[in-house]
Amino acid sequence: MRPINALGAWTLFTREVRRFLKVKMQTIVTPALTAMLYLIIFRYAMGERQVPGMAVDYFTFLVPGLAMMAMLQNAFANTSSSMIMGKVMGMHIYLLMAPLSAIEVVAAFLAAAVVRALVVACVFLAVLFPFVDLQLLHLGLILFYGICGSIIMGGLGLIAGMWSKEFDNIAMVTNFVILPLTFLSGVFYSVKQLPELWQQINHANPFFYLIDGFRYGFLGTGDTDPYASMLVVMTTVLLTILACWQLWRIGWRMKE
Amino acid sequence: MTALAINGLSKVYDNGNQALSDISLQIPQGSFYALLGPNGAGKSTLINILADTVLASRGAVSLFGHDLLAERSWCKRRIGVVPQEVAFDPFFTPREVLAFTSGLFGCKPDFDWIDELLTRLELIDHSGKNTRQLSGGMRRRLLVAQALVHKPKLVILDEPTAGVDVELRKRLWDFMRELNAAGTTILLTTHYLDEAEELCDHVAIIDRGKLLTARPMGEMMREIASSYLWLHYGKAPVLTDAASEQLAAFEPRLSEHGICLKLGKQEGGSTFHQAYQAAVTCFGAPLDAGMRREKLEDVFLRLTGKQASRKTDAGDDHASD
Repeated sequence: MRPINALGAWTLFTREVRRFLKVKMQTIVTPALTAMLYLIIFRYAMGERQVPGMAVDYFTFLVPGLAMMAMLQNAFANTSSSMIMGKVMGMHIYLLMAPLSAIEVVAAFLAAAVVRALVVACVFLAVLFPFVDLQLLHLGLILFYGICGSIIMGGLGLIAGMWSKEFDNIAMVTNFVILPLTFLSGVFYSVKQLPELWQQINHANPFFYLIDGFRYGFLGTGDTDPYASMLVVMTTVLLTILACWQLWRIGWRMKE
Repeated sequence: MTALAINGLSKVYDNGNQALSDISLQIPQGSFYALLGPNGAGKSTLINILADTVLASRGAVSLFGHDLLAERSWCKRRIGVVPQEVAFDPFFTPREVLAFTSGLFGCKPDFDWIDELLTRLELIDHSGKNTRQLSGGMRRRLLVAQALVHKPKLVILDEPTAGVDVELRKRLWDFMRELNAAGTTILLTTHYLDEAEELCDHVAIIDRGKLLTARPMGEMMREIASSYLWLHYGKAPVLTDAASEQLAAFEPRLSEHGICLKLGKQEGGSTFHQAYQAAVTCFGAPLDAGMRREKLEDVFLRLTGKQASRKTDAGDDHASD
């Protein structure tokens, strides 16, 4: 049986973490600042208005959703940018030449994506906690949805990076797939405010369950049962990891 | 023992380009092996298959008796590749790059060895700089260090000295010779054929994806390389029918200064005298005469059919020296 290259996977993980830490203004401060700007705008646009069907004001409702959105987008950006940069600059061959199995590569990339997502969320929440009445009501749910969401998005970023041949391809996936899915997932609204058809469409969006479950961890209320949603999320995590593993194993769009 | 055994390796790219066609090679352990071929011959494809960055269409490769596909991880730990394209992560320094590479290959970074590599490749003074700040030659030397950092048993060098100045190139080859003497098998592709002839003990020549020859360098030069006798007359001698007939065995080639006669694969001996006497009989005593033995470059050009593109013949080469 092939020995596990744990040191190799750890090295790849630390390289990916150090890579985003080297440009922390771009990878940590900017996303946190962007989320805060959204918050300020909505805070003044919506005033003290309450979210229909929930005993919570709009500002408090928005904070966990924006934190989760920042996590999802950054997890995606971490893996996709690393992959596409490697491919465009020709550095990806060093990864292909290394004695790393597909699962070791995928684990290292996804772990680094989770770390970046958590760091961005922590910075964002740490700045806002003094100004908002939020509590860590269900820390287990917060961590579950935060980590699972980051794994899913990190995985999608990895796949998008493998698929892409140039930076424009990644921009296309980000702008036409990831952004709409995150924006239309209940970050800025409760789905109960939507017409029936749009509610059903939202329920088909896996990001909706991630954001709703994450928010439930802070507010103790949400649009769905967070424990029932775990099944959807776990299935999505599993499918994402399987897809990443299989695609890397066959060298999809990486090896000629 | 065979370090690398390649059997029936073929590669057809998605666009239909057949880059390799049924290549079989045995690279002995501890050899310094030259893999030569003109641009587009398939050398880099072959190396990329060994590096696992390109998938073979057919064939098998084994490293020290281990199948490259079935025991990929085992094999990869024992191969160090210097790729042709220079590319580095722009976020890190040479020392960091080498430490990361070491880790990826499952080895704890050995900073004594990393420092030795940086010193031998004259990068030690630049080890703290970002890779973006390195010159082209430095980056290429860093590629060499990267390929050696996990102490591989087989080192594959894909044109490692392109863009490296003469002095540094010499020192790099000295280092490679030392590694080879210590037991590392080296597979080299280069367009500097003089260097290949001097360094390598084995040679394979491929062209258009096909193997033309593969043998020990000495045997190749003995059995394929020819010697030439050139005779300088100060003008082109007139090759009459009688002279043509008398010199036919020596495949005479006229130049504007004289004539060049092919002696065959063995230097000296009766062939030389026979050719010289025949020329004297036909044209009289020459103003000057000499012998020239084909170099690896000549053999390479002849085997790959590029002879016609050469500007000078053997006689003119010498005459212009």
